[in-house]
Amino acid sequence: MYSKVKSCGFMGIDGYIIEVEVDISNGVPGFEIVGLGDAAVKESKERVRAAVKNTGLEFPLKRITVNLAPANIKKEGSSLDLAIAVGLLKASGQMGEVDLEGYMFIGELSLDGEVKPVNGVLPMAICAAEKGLDSVILPQSNADEASVVKAIEVLPVKHISQVMAHFRGEKRIKSYSGDPNSIFNGRYEYDVDFADVKGQENVKRALEVAASGGHNLLMIGSPGAGKTMLARRLPTIIPALSFEEAIEVTKIHSIAGILPPGTPLVTQRPFRSPHHTISAVGLVGGGKYPKPGEISLAHNGVLFLDELPEFSRDALEVLRQPLEDGLVTISRVNVSLSYPANTTLVCAANPCKCGNFLDPDKECNCTPKEIQGYLGKLSGPLLDRIDIHIEVPSVRYRDLESEKKAESSEEIRKRVDRARKIQLERYKGLGIYSNGQLKASMLDRFCRLDQRGKELLRNAFERLGLSARAYSRILKVARTIADMEGTQCISPEHLAEAIQYRSLDRKYWRS
Amino acid sequence: MRNDLLFWVWLNSLPKLSPRRKLLLLEYYRCPEAIWSAGREELRQGGLLTEEQLEPVVAPVWRQRAEEALRTINRMGIKTITMHDENYPVLLKKIYDPPVVLYMLGSFDREEKAVAVVGSRRASPYGRDTARNLAYDLARQGVTIVSGMARGVDSAAHRGAIEAGGRTVAVLGCGLDRAYPYENKELMKKIAGAGAVISEYIPGTPPLAQNFPARNRIISGLCLGTVVIEAGEKSGSLITADFSLDQGREVFAVPGNVGSKYSVGTNNLLKEGAKLVTGAADVLEELNLVQKFLKAEAEAKKTVNVLKGLDRWELELVKILEEEGSLHIDRIAARSGLSLNTVSSALTMLELKGLAEQLPGKVFRLRL
Repeated sequence: MYSKVKSCGFMGIDGYIIEVEVDISNGVPGFEIVGLGDAAVKESKERVRAAVKNTGLEFPLKRITVNLAPANIKKEGSSLDLAIAVGLLKASGQMGEVDLEGYMFIGELSLDGEVKPVNGVLPMAICAAEKGLDSVILPQSNADEASVVKAIEVLPVKHISQVMAHFRGEKRIKSYSGDPNSIFNGRYEYDVDFADVKGQENVKRALEVAASGGHNLLMIGSPGAGKTMLARRLPTIIPALSFEEAIEVTKIHSIAGILPPGTPLVTQRPFRSPHHTISAVGLVGGGKYPKPGEISLAHNGVLFLDELPEFSRDALEVLRQPLEDGLVTISRVNVSLSYPANTTLVCAANPCKCGNFLDPDKECNCTPKEIQGYLGKLSGPLLDRIDIHIEVPSVRYRDLESEKKAESSEEIRKRVDRARKIQLERYKGLGIYSNGQLKASMLDRFCRLDQRGKELLRNAFERLGLSARAYSRILKVARTIADMEGTQCISPEHLAEAIQYRSLDRKYWRS
Repeated sequence: MRNDLLFWVWLNSLPKLSPRRKLLLLEYYRCPEAIWSAGREELRQGGLLTEEQLEPVVAPVWRQRAEEALRTINRMGIKTITMHDENYPVLLKKIYDPPVVLYMLGSFDREEKAVAVVGSRRASPYGRDTARNLAYDLARQGVTIVSGMARGVDSAAHRGAIEAGGRTVAVLGCGLDRAYPYENKELMKKIAGAGAVISEYIPGTPPLAQNFPARNRIISGLCLGTVVIEAGEKSGSLITADFSLDQGREVFAVPGNVGSKYSVGTNNLLKEGAKLVTGAADVLEELNLVQKFLKAEAEAKKTVNVLKGLDRWELELVKILEEEGSLHIDRIAARSGLSLNTVSSALTMLELKGLAEQLPGKVFRLRL
């Protein structure tokens, strides 16, 4: 007696079909699962046994062998429970002659036969649709998530008995369909807005430039200056997620298990702010059973690293390659997988240990050496990937009181949208989407300067003592400022503004 | 190399003997070599030294150290000026206890007109700005700026003089083979190039706390007067001011806010009769250096010409900064009513033309 049902696992952010084969033969009673399952998969025996028994069905006292094919890939988690139970019931003849070919089963079982939610349902449903399956039977709580995939019938269940009833023809499971478009249209609802931020006008301008060109940004300022508050609002002015981007983000969040219940689709740009004690693996992903890291969870959104110098050096160094490629690749002996990691990096740092160096009113107790040492910890190659540095001074009380209404995120976003469109048009077919991604070899082509511009830049390097690595950063940011104005050429005025966004290259940080 | 240098270096380096005592010895014995070769008994009969002071004079260890120091002096190209040299600074020689030997990197004219600008190591931005501006203006008038190369006011004063293309002198409380504080290593090189770095301590002397008050007498001793900018209640710069008074030189002080803890010392000096300084002219006038000051006004006219090359936005910002002193970029934008991108780029332009400068925290000010 043999049966075969389909379930799903995932590698990176894509699902792959796992065929669950069950064989029941005579011999010493036993239950064996083969096919490189982890501890959770091995333990599924016990859950399946109890669930079957407690549902009033019969657990065969025979020799049971379960194989998870392809047998050479490691499998993890509890999402195979339901498929194993169904395979078992079919092989033992309790389900009758049914065709399970077009179904995929996903779900964890509890001992009383309840079907519980699992991670990564969206990529699994997408995989089912791609492989041409008709229906996917999954836990009720995951139904919303899967309903985003239109090409497949979603059959949510709460209990394994519903599955039995369905195939015995007693009671069909009601198929579930959501309306992804309606979900997708409420996407502007952030609970924060730039209108809440009083003062800090030049920082807001810098954030607008960063959003317009997809530039990574570093804010340096005293504690309490509002760095976190400002960073949190950056996603609200980046153009809204496209449907494809939303799916990608949701897939990653689904696999990581951080998708809030009742959220079929992540429609807002993610904002991730890991604590500075995070490990390198936590930041970029990996582990024995690979999981996406914070930088992937912030894919298509903002990764905010507060207190940048406090992060461990290891953790920061591993960020370099993903920031460049927009992709994290994790290589293992028998498998290599990748998680997308296209994110805007926003960092915040105190100017010095005591934090008062930039404050006009408070006394800084640090020696010049300590001041240099504090930010000097950041490695050059990491700083090379940050285009904009901006100083954020504390806001004085009279600024907080000012009557002037601050601009709302929506107004700013409209301008950002325009600048982004220009860039999309210009970089069509080049594999990049924004000025922040410009490669060194493209600078000559897209950031050409006229004679006045060249002179100004040369002058700036001599007079202000900018460091050499500032050169390409200034060009890229100037390109963005020109795009924000909608002009083709980079004028000296654009360059001049861009030079203001290189605080760390200033002499007073270095001498 | 002069062949008696070793004896000078040795005499100068002896511990337990005050500079005054060394001077008396020198007067009595005429030259250091005589002291070197005098035996214990002879020295005792001279009656100038106590038993305790006698020990180092006869101990071989200080003779060896002097030889070592001499090698460093030669290797580093350090100049030495002894009491008996023609080029020993005239003003310094007049004080009660001048050092018998000065070590120097750079150069110093014996009749150089110098003013000391000293102040707190922990200075407010106001103090540093004032120090820099005052030093700049004085240096422009050909006055040498003497200070102690400490953090805060001292460093700002040296920098101001260097920026003006003038002369400046640092007097250290350690040997010339080391920079203290260390972050001023680069500054020390610049000072040596634009004037001199001076010390009475032999190479290898660490920056011991007791060296600094003694060093202050040289700072004031080299100068016609001492300007104190920002001193706390018990600041070391007040010691310099005291020395200056004892030496019969002028004491100037820059007033500070009544409530500011940085200015308690300077405000007290003013109460006691120090001359109040708000600009270089006050110092120049008091020290009878006025004729030269006329040149300054001619310079001021030149800056008007610079303003002609500016566009209307840049002019607008110059006007605002003139009124306000230093201002944060957001407030400049608010005052001018211009958009931030315009203000940002105009400020860069002003920076590049050398008319404005950026301070930490996106604060700008003019540097005319």
